[in-house]
Amino acid sequence: METALSDPPRAGNDTAPSHPLAIEARGLVKRFGATTAVDGVDLAVPEGAIYGVLGPNGAGKTTTLRMLLGIIDPDRGVRRLFGHDDPHDIAGLIGYLPEERGLYPAMKACDAIAFMGALRGMALADARERGRALLEEHGLGHAADKQIRQLSKGMAQTVQLLGTLVHDPRLVILDEPFSGLDAINQGKLEVLIRGLAARGTTVIFSTHVIAHAERLCEGVAIIAGGKVPYAGSVDAARDRIPAQVRLETRAREGRWRDALPGDARREGDFWYFSLPATGIEPLLRALIEGEAGILSLSIERAGLHDAFVHIAGEAAARALEEDSTAEAGR
Amino acid sequence: MSDASPAGARARLPLWRAAWVIARRDFTAILLSKAFLFFLVGPLFFIGISGAAGALSAQAVGSVDSPRLAVALPPAEGRAFAAAHAGLDALLNLPEIEVVEAGEANDAARLLADDARNFGAVLGGTLAAPRLTGTAERIESWSGRVALLAAEAQGGAAAGYPAVALEPTAATVASKRSANAATATAGLILLFLLTMLLAGMVMSNLVEEKGNKIIEILAAAIPMDAVFFGKLFAMLAVSFVGIAIWGSAAGAIVVATGVLDDFSPPAVGWPAFAALFLAYFAMAYLLIGSIFLTIGSMAPTVRDVQTMSMPATILQLLVFFLASFAMTDIGSPVELAAVAFPLSSPYAMVARAAQEPALWPHLVALAWQVLSVVVFVRFGARLFRRRVMKSGPAPAKPGRGWRALFARR
Repeated sequence: METALSDPPRAGNDTAPSHPLAIEARGLVKRFGATTAVDGVDLAVPEGAIYGVLGPNGAGKTTTLRMLLGIIDPDRGVRRLFGHDDPHDIAGLIGYLPEERGLYPAMKACDAIAFMGALRGMALADARERGRALLEEHGLGHAADKQIRQLSKGMAQTVQLLGTLVHDPRLVILDEPFSGLDAINQGKLEVLIRGLAARGTTVIFSTHVIAHAERLCEGVAIIAGGKVPYAGSVDAARDRIPAQVRLETRAREGRWRDALPGDARREGDFWYFSLPATGIEPLLRALIEGEAGILSLSIERAGLHDAFVHIAGEAAARALEEDSTAEAGR
Repeated sequence: MSDASPAGARARLPLWRAAWVIARRDFTAILLSKAFLFFLVGPLFFIGISGAAGALSAQAVGSVDSPRLAVALPPAEGRAFAAAHAGLDALLNLPEIEVVEAGEANDAARLLADDARNFGAVLGGTLAAPRLTGTAERIESWSGRVALLAAEAQGGAAAGYPAVALEPTAATVASKRSANAATATAGLILLFLLTMLLAGMVMSNLVEEKGNKIIEILAAAIPMDAVFFGKLFAMLAVSFVGIAIWGSAAGAIVVATGVLDDFSPPAVGWPAFAALFLAYFAMAYLLIGSIFLTIGSMAPTVRDVQTMSMPATILQLLVFFLASFAMTDIGSPVELAAVAFPLSSPYAMVARAAQEPALWPHLVALAWQVLSVVVFVRFGARLFRRRVMKSGPAPAKPGRGWRALFARR
């Protein structure tokens, strides 16, 4: 790693966060042979935040998370977790759920959680006791002594998630956590993630489903082709695109039309244009004075999807949509 | 490091504690599995293989210095006996002879105890009344041929075959050497079979983690070296459980049947031999096991594991043959090479323990093997870490060679 991380982090192009950072990364690069999987990624995740890494499959999300965790070392760049240059120095504070779920099939659910706790430094007996309590808390008390192979896929995934949390981590890293879950379990997972953040735990997760990031995250990093063209708050990402105004008037023609912004276009009975930088009020005044006869007017703030298209480009957005469709079809 | 660190930061588990977590899980998982029962009945097949190996053992024993006959007859009769031997040697399977000095003739016991000359029996008396001294089995076996040679030396069968007086003794150097060689061969084969049977299991052990992606959880939480060490030592512990169970069963059979009486006590004595055998098994297991585990880390499926294990299996066989060959000539350059080469060293030293009483070479050899184990395991763990997660530092940064091998990860 060549870069020193001495300046305040400025991940992406958002303003520097005011909270202490759970994760700082700058200029992360990882190559596998001739392929550059991650190419200069910057991240800044404040403590206690829910943060999303949003991008299509193959964009470099998993490789980025693996570098943050210390599973693989970056070829260049630096990452710092809670101020530690080596993630292993605070391995006991981190919980990690990999994209590819895996548990020992012959292990009992309670033992599987205890084993994961022991890996993070817990005494086995304590981890087993806590595992049992977590299973009870999540309605799986009856499955504590069942082997993993005897559980449904959803239950096994919950067991693994509880194993990720058994040691009460301060930072939880989830790689595509919603993948493979039905709508009900996705909802439960969202509640769980919000609960973790409410207790001050930092949660960072990767996803190719914009809706999850939009609903949960305060900050996102948009990643495409191994690069991060945007990292910052979701609001700031949406503000990258001016709000869209939809206007319906009784009159078709009139002097009021001169007041419409230059990008205004007519589609059927409606006019569409970007919200002027001066706000809507001057335009409203001109429409009224010009007797346009306003039938309806709505201002729609850009969604994260539009922001993604705007920031990452049409191709990345198409790939993202294809991934989401494929995921829904599974 | 900034002040952003949460109070009471919890670092990654140290290597040996993490290895303990892995070893504990693997050990209990294997012991509680149904497959372990199959593992325990494995020796039934093992006994079959041992039977076949016994034939090899007998062959090896036969190849160890053939005992000779000391001819302690009056000088003229000794020369006649030697001439008769020379004449008939091409026709009959006669033991080699050495006509001893007249002064030695009356001390058969000393001749039989002479380690350098390897006499199986001593022929005394006269051609008309020969007297054969040696172990009962040996002199009974040789008495007919001695009578024939005595008759021939006196002028042929017309002179009549003299009655050979037999004077059995407890043991001769030759019989001891031959029996020790049998013990050495048995120990060598047992060590080889146990290692081959047990060390191969570690290869497929890792495929489960790779197949169900647990490896990523492990890699995120603990040093990958710890996974390597944990798995290796868990399987070694499982092997010792197996050996304890099989050993108890075999011990009961040995006590009941007295089979052990057929084997000469090893030169270092049974207790030391048993202890050394276990120590050498652990060394052989860790050395070959680290190779197998490294191979396992590179194989994506069980089928690939089997294919990729072939070179390691052949290497094991070569090591076994080297040690088998070397044990026939203790102290020779070949034997010393077998002792020095880490993979064959445990086998060669087990054979040596059966044949040579000195214990200090074992201390030296064990120290050497421990060092080799450290190098092999560290090297294997390093490869393992790189292969399993395709991780590791950028190529240009870390040190290379020996320094890199011992670098902290």
